[in-house]
Amino acid sequence: MTIAALDTVPTGVPTELARGRGGGGPASTRTVVAYGFWIFLLSDFILFAGLFAAHAVLSGNTAGGPTGAELFNLRNVFIETMCLLFSSYTCGLGALSAERRQPARFLIFAALTLVLGAAFLVIESTEFAGMVSKGAGPSRSAFLSAFFTLVGTHGVHVTGGLLWLVYMAAQVVAKGLRPQVLRRLLCWSLFWHALDIVWVGVFTLVYLMGAR
Amino acid sequence: MDGDDRVFDDRTPGVEEYESTASYLSYTAGLGLAVLLTIVSFVVAQTNLLWPPGIPVGLIVLAFAQIGVHLVFFLHIGTGPDHTNNVIALAFGVFIVFLVIVGSVWIIANLNWNMMDIPR
Repeated sequence: MTIAALDTVPTGVPTELARGRGGGGPASTRTVVAYGFWIFLLSDFILFAGLFAAHAVLSGNTAGGPTGAELFNLRNVFIETMCLLFSSYTCGLGALSAERRQPARFLIFAALTLVLGAAFLVIESTEFAGMVSKGAGPSRSAFLSAFFTLVGTHGVHVTGGLLWLVYMAAQVVAKGLRPQVLRRLLCWSLFWHALDIVWVGVFTLVYLMGAR
Repeated sequence: MDGDDRVFDDRTPGVEEYESTASYLSYTAGLGLAVLLTIVSFVVAQTNLLWPPGIPVGLIVLAFAQIGVHLVFFLHIGTGPDHTNNVIALAFGVFIVFLVIVGSVWIIANLNWNMMDIPR
């Protein structure tokens, strides 16, 4: 069966629509795809939980090296937070424009999201480079190993999310807002919002508490 | 899928309940709340507005509130009956995250405390 055929099965036959909790037939492909991706995101949160646990355990072990209070610049962290928060907002508006079949609007919001995400990455990599040049690299102490692993993993996720966004924008241009493309876009926007949730944990537990 | 009776359908994560003009408003409300909570977090961390020993607890409460705002306004995870699957999955995820973090901190703190008792 082709993907297109699968797409048409649940819709257009109101009597076969899922009624929730197992009643009334299969859920739409869109719901199944997004639910599967939601499960993936929760497993990603568990990955980050491991890194947060490592950081919480090791954050006091500075081995005579610099502490968070000496290294962190909270003004930069605040700007990073705002970049990510506003990119989550533009991502949501972009997803909404795509739902309403407005590709031009979607591309504008996608570009804004890309700029804000890239700004976040520039600030973060500048911070990392500054720390390494001050001799506070990941090999300096257990605290810094845990810090670079946790914040770096989040940064890698953001980088991946931006590459995925460029790929999605290309698909919208090349293929238009077809159901498959809309489902991929939904997964991408879920991913992007999830990264912002992880960042709330990072700026609270790593930066705000670490800088005290 | 778009009918008055869709309240009983399984809900899709990340998709709002109704296609309406309220959608833009919901993202904007979420942004406003999240910005507010972020600013309060940064202010609380850098001043003595809160009783100083209570600041970590205050920050954690603010972080939970902001995560809640993100889940509801950006990821559109609600509490309605059609959200059962999404919320059960979330609850399981939160449970595992809690076990991993609290369990690690608890066990390592305990080990650390026991190590201190060894006479050197």
